[in-house]
Amino acid sequence: MPTSPRPVTPRSEAPGDTTASRAAVTTGRPPGRKPLRQRFRRDRTLLLLCVPGILYFAVFFYLPLAGNVVAFQDYQPFLGFKGSPFVGLRNFTDLLAQPDFWIAVRNTLEITVLQLVLYFPAPVALALLLNSLVGETIRRFVQTVVYLPHFLSWVVVVAMFQQVFGGTGTVTSLLQNHGLAVGNIMSNPDTFKVLVTSEMIWKDCGYGAIIFLAAMASIDMTQYESAAMDGAGAVRRMWHVTLPGIRPVIIMMLILRLGDILSVGFEQMLLQRDAVGADASEVLDTYVYYHGVIDGDWGMSTAAGLMKGVIGLGLIIAANKLAHRFGEQGVYR
Amino acid sequence: MTASIAPRRENMLARMRSGGQRPPWMERPGWFGQGAKALALTLIVIMVTYPFLLALGTSLAGQRELEARGGYVLIPHHPTFQAYNVLLQGGVVTRAVLVSIAVTAIGTALSLLCTVTLAYGLSRSGMMFGKTLLMLVLGTFLFAPGIIPTYLVVQQLGLLDSYASLILPVLLNVFNVIVVRAFFQGIPSELYEAARLDGAGELTILWRLVLPLSKAVIAVAGLFYAVSYWNSFFNALLFLNDSSKYPLQVVLRSYVVQGETINAHALGVNVLPPSISLQMAVLIIALVPILCVYPFLQKHFAKGVLTGAVKG
Repeated sequence: MPTSPRPVTPRSEAPGDTTASRAAVTTGRPPGRKPLRQRFRRDRTLLLLCVPGILYFAVFFYLPLAGNVVAFQDYQPFLGFKGSPFVGLRNFTDLLAQPDFWIAVRNTLEITVLQLVLYFPAPVALALLLNSLVGETIRRFVQTVVYLPHFLSWVVVVAMFQQVFGGTGTVTSLLQNHGLAVGNIMSNPDTFKVLVTSEMIWKDCGYGAIIFLAAMASIDMTQYESAAMDGAGAVRRMWHVTLPGIRPVIIMMLILRLGDILSVGFEQMLLQRDAVGADASEVLDTYVYYHGVIDGDWGMSTAAGLMKGVIGLGLIIAANKLAHRFGEQGVYR
Repeated sequence: MTASIAPRRENMLARMRSGGQRPPWMERPGWFGQGAKALALTLIVIMVTYPFLLALGTSLAGQRELEARGGYVLIPHHPTFQAYNVLLQGGVVTRAVLVSIAVTAIGTALSLLCTVTLAYGLSRSGMMFGKTLLMLVLGTFLFAPGIIPTYLVVQQLGLLDSYASLILPVLLNVFNVIVVRAFFQGIPSELYEAARLDGAGELTILWRLVLPLSKAVIAVAGLFYAVSYWNSFFNALLFLNDSSKYPLQVVLRSYVVQGETINAHALGVNVLPPSISLQMAVLIIALVPILCVYPFLQKHFAKGVLTGAVKG
């Protein structure tokens, strides 16, 4: 028996129909997609409200993004973007031939590795410690104290470290009085990288713990109950219940970190560069700043910045892929 | 997500406190564990608070006391406000404080205005171009435009050496826009419908309905903006050549971090208190506003951070 032709369902309307009807549900507008002009008339107030914000992103984000053409130009400030001659990839080849560029790369990577090893686990450890406290008052008090340094500027943080570890700092003097001459830790190039990592821990460890604490709070209490029934002590419960419970968050934070692997505390380095010298403290961001804005080598330093941005973008995409492969949620954007 | 389970811990604690039994997985740790924890917590608290107290103590100490203790003073026995008096008498530091206050106030107001309007537009589903605009905003997460191109844009706009260069390039923070937008989206749609039936336009809805409901989230975004304007230091260094326009953080850098000597002439006085207490007084002046807003900020930010992390 031949099948009858399928009836035309009233569903096959414009593809954008669903959005329009959803909008109608949330805003009380009549369903159906209207012509562009009518939609504009309807939404013009909303669009007008968005103008300042969008303008900001266009001018201070997308325009500079396009401004990266300078990386391919022999940029002359008095000729501007349009007048400066194109030089192809010469800025990049010049850059790679600079020994001090490679010093910056090396410093950046060394600091990143130190941060990953020393800084990254610190908020997790702090969160575990805070989470193990049953008394609410002490917990609140410690949280209030450790979150605070995050809100200070790097200038303040460096100044504070200076009063403790500088040449006349209290800890320096104390050690000196006990026969341990450590000298001025703040201007010692050998220990500089450990110093900046400790500054970072001091400033952001507490704040970084917030997200892990929240993840711990959402772990199902019955898991602890059954682990305790099975005879697991406090440490084993931490290892087998708490840590696996926050694994997705840890991986998400690692991925986010991976995206900024080449940005290692720009202001922090800039502030301390005079004290320890460029050899120890030059990182990619300071390289771009000093060679571009200070020395006027626009093309080459833009090339350095662009390279850094592109590698960072590649890293975050790759890390996200990797996370998906491991069956984790990763960071959706 | 957290809301459904988190209270259980609180319930458990409440039951425990009101004389009930500790659940077996919250047993009191042994003396060793308790001691170690107490020690760790004390150390952490001291490590964070010590530099603050040291700066405060030194800024209040007089010449004789500083000499007697050889440098910094934790608790001055004869506190004096001399250093603050001198700094705030109308010299470099006073001017820097005024610049910082003005930039923070104007910047925060502008930032909030633009954040709220943009977040409101983006929060309404079905707005024309809404999805494209949202993508444009979210796209800024992925890539940083770079210092030099940003500098060149600011230069081409003729903003170098103007106070506007401290505000406009950092006007919006994507993160804040997303958090405020998420909050707006949580407002029940029935409210919009009701307002619409009563004949309210978009502006009226925003002003009379949405804003009063979102006071908390807007306050938090405002505080975050204010803190970042107050702390901003690199933009001033990058965009300002005229040192008389420097905000407080840059002055703090030259006096304290770089150890530049504070001369009496720049401060407009004849006799100077000891330079170290002057330095620490500048540090404390840079800190005070943060310490003042911190209690208000602290109440809310954990929630704000989470909204951003979950929905962003």
